[in-house]
Amino acid sequence: MSTLQNQIKQVIDTEPVVVFMKGTPDAPACGNSMRALQALWQAGAPITGVDVLPDPRIRQELSAITEWPTIPQVFVKGELIGGADITEELLASGELKEKIDEALGDTHPQTVRTLALAPD
Amino acid sequence: MAVTTIRNLLVEAFPGGQVDVADRTGGGDHFQVTVVSDAFNGLSLIQQHKLVNAALAGPLADGTIHELRIRTKGTA
Repeated sequence: MSTLQNQIKQVIDTEPVVVFMKGTPDAPACGNSMRALQALWQAGAPITGVDVLPDPRIRQELSAITEWPTIPQVFVKGELIGGADITEELLASGELKEKIDEALGDTHPQTVRTLALAPD
Repeated sequence: MAVTTIRNLLVEAFPGGQVDVADRTGGGDHFQVTVVSDAFNGLSLIQQHKLVNAALAGPLADGTIHELRIRTKGTA
C-alpha cells in the first residue's frame, strides 16, 4: 500500500469530521465542496478540510479506498456519509446533526481547519 | 448527446424506474439525475447513490460527466 494511501486512511480514521474537497475551507474552489461545508457548518460540525487539488494522486487514492468517484467526500468518525447531495439531504432531514452529535457528543467545539497531505 | 447516454445507462440499470436527467448548466457536462426505483427500497442514501455512481461509472471515468448531482428515492 502506498504511503499516500496510508496518510489518507489515517486522516479518515482520526479526524472527527473530514471533507476531501476542491480548495480549502477558507477558499473553496468548487460549488459542491462549498455546499458540503455549509451543510456541515449548519449542523454544528467541526470541520477538517483536505484539498485534493495539489496532487491528482490524492483523489485517485481516495476514490480507490472509498469506491466513490466524485469530490467532495464527507466522513464522520471514519465513515463515508456521501458527497454534497447526501450531506444536504441529511441536513434537511435533521439526520446530519443527529449523526454528528451522536458521534462527537452534544457539546463538541465547532472549529474549522485545513490539513495538507504530503504525497511525497 | 450526453443526456441521452446517461439516461439510457440509468434506464438499463434501473428497469421500471423513473429516470430524469437534466443538463444543469447547458454546457453538456454538469448533470442532475433523479431516479425513483424499487431497487432503492431499504437502502441507505449512500448505498442508493453508490448504485447510481456504478451505473454511470463509464461517463464518470472518461470525463463526460464533470459534475453530477444525484437525487434518489425508493418506491416503498
